[in-house]
Amino acid sequence: MILFLVFVVLPAVSALFLSFTKYDILTPAQWVGFDNYRRMLHDSIFQRSIRNILLYCAMYVPAMIGFSLLLAAALNRKRPGMTFFRAVYYLPVVTSPVASATVWTWMLNKDFGAVNQLLGYIGIQGPPWLSSSDTALYSIVLVTLWGGLGGNMVIYLAGLQGVPGEVVEAAKLDGAGPLQVFRDVTWPMLRTTTLFVVTVTLIGSFQLFDQAYVMTQGGPGYATYTPVYSIYQSGFARLQMGYASSQAFVLFIVILAVTIIQLRINREYVTV
Amino acid sequence: MAASTFRRRGKVQPWLIFRETLYYLALIVFGIIMVLPFAWSLSTSFKPDTQIFTSPIQWIPTSFTFDHYKAAFNTVPFARYFLNSFIIAIAGVATNLLFGSLAGFSFALLRFPGRQILFRTLLASMMIPGVVTLIPTYIILRSFPLFGGNNILGQGGIGLLNNFLALILPGAAGAFAVFMMRQFFLTLPSELGEAARIDGASEFRIFWQVYLPLCKPALATLAIFTFQAGWNAFLFPLIVLNNPDLSTVQMGLAAFSYNYETDYGPLMAASVVSTLPTILLYIYAQRYFTQGIAFTGSK
Repeated sequence: MILFLVFVVLPAVSALFLSFTKYDILTPAQWVGFDNYRRMLHDSIFQRSIRNILLYCAMYVPAMIGFSLLLAAALNRKRPGMTFFRAVYYLPVVTSPVASATVWTWMLNKDFGAVNQLLGYIGIQGPPWLSSSDTALYSIVLVTLWGGLGGNMVIYLAGLQGVPGEVVEAAKLDGAGPLQVFRDVTWPMLRTTTLFVVTVTLIGSFQLFDQAYVMTQGGPGYATYTPVYSIYQSGFARLQMGYASSQAFVLFIVILAVTIIQLRINREYVTV
Repeated sequence: MAASTFRRRGKVQPWLIFRETLYYLALIVFGIIMVLPFAWSLSTSFKPDTQIFTSPIQWIPTSFTFDHYKAAFNTVPFARYFLNSFIIAIAGVATNLLFGSLAGFSFALLRFPGRQILFRTLLASMMIPGVVTLIPTYIILRSFPLFGGNNILGQGGIGLLNNFLALILPGAAGAFAVFMMRQFFLTLPSELGEAARIDGASEFRIFWQVYLPLCKPALATLAIFTFQAGWNAFLFPLIVLNNPDLSTVQMGLAAFSYNYETDYGPLMAASVVSTLPTILLYIYAQRYFTQGIAFTGSK
């Protein structure tokens, strides 16, 4: 555990050092103490980005776990066609985020996009999706879910194949229903898989950038502005490397905190 | 086999047939949702402009046109971007296969001081969010000595920025590649190497001639993963390359979609073309994709 902390924290040290400086690359770095952090306290746009990403993760991560496990459970049966469906569900994973974001921008077009036209067929007036600050973040949740589900589904499938059939059979013989089998047998046995999926998904989703950059440029009105977007803007559009580093460091702390809380919860769950 | 699932005590159960139909229906509906964007972008990319903005949707255009593909390649140098992306992705594959298998072999089958601690460092480094090392990496690349007009102290020029090496070097020995190859080498018996060692083979020869030929499935999986990651990468290339001639496909597509926001025909054509390499690779080597990702989860 100490080793882990040391080696997780160590590479962040150079970023930490930079975060106390004013550095525009062209002139040598200047030590400015906590100025960057003080500035962050008044930077409502960066704070907005942190709120956005927390909201995004709160929706994205549970939905991802639920759906990918559901898909894996559905395909973990001895039926014809399972390989085909698995291949189809995985397809979005191999497409590039930029290309799929481009296509989804057109899919979610308010008037002529496929989504709203299809919703129109069943009598639903679709929302303006990306062009409204109320729905833009939800749209990005949907698009990234579409793009990521297949990967975690395959991981869960591998996990499910590690659940011994005899244990499930024994539970059924003891009179457990399908939901009970899932709750008391399958889910606990998938603990390590879930731990892995949640951790990796969390770390990845906190760094949302590609879709926000391509689909909404962080808008409308900063509704989809993410911390990585903000770091990109500060560091590489305005050449404020010091300030960008301090934002990166804050984001790192947030990710670390959420990951540790998540590990704690999982560990408690294990002992129960 | 399928028939037996519907039958119990020799009688077909209507309830079971209903349940199975519902089950497949759900799978199919979900499949359609997953494939919809592909169908939609393909359909749009072949439609004449007049049929793009129509309601109701015309899924199969009444007249096919390749104009959007021509437009995409004429307004921006996509062919050039393709070449750039290929060079970067292939170099990533080559370096990761070489260094990943060398380091993985050492961690799995050789005993050397500091092995444990080095391996734990490697594992821990996989947990660090990329955004933390983004700026330090950029600064290291910029102050790389003797490149891009830099002097020996790494000052005066732009270092490795605007150079493909900036994309190739930082990920050349990816932690994931090393980890994956180590796990694979662990599954191979160490007796093989010991026998060769007694016969007087060098460690490198043991690696190259005894173990590496056994690694083909793992190498194939790793190659595909690295190619996909290199081809689809966006943020890092965006930061270290700002010469339009060096742009990757993803950068080109993002700029295109920024500048021609409503030109959906050419935009979809460009999207289709830029996903084609990974999709074709996936269709051709599907087995390795799913094997690899399942493997990462089962460590």
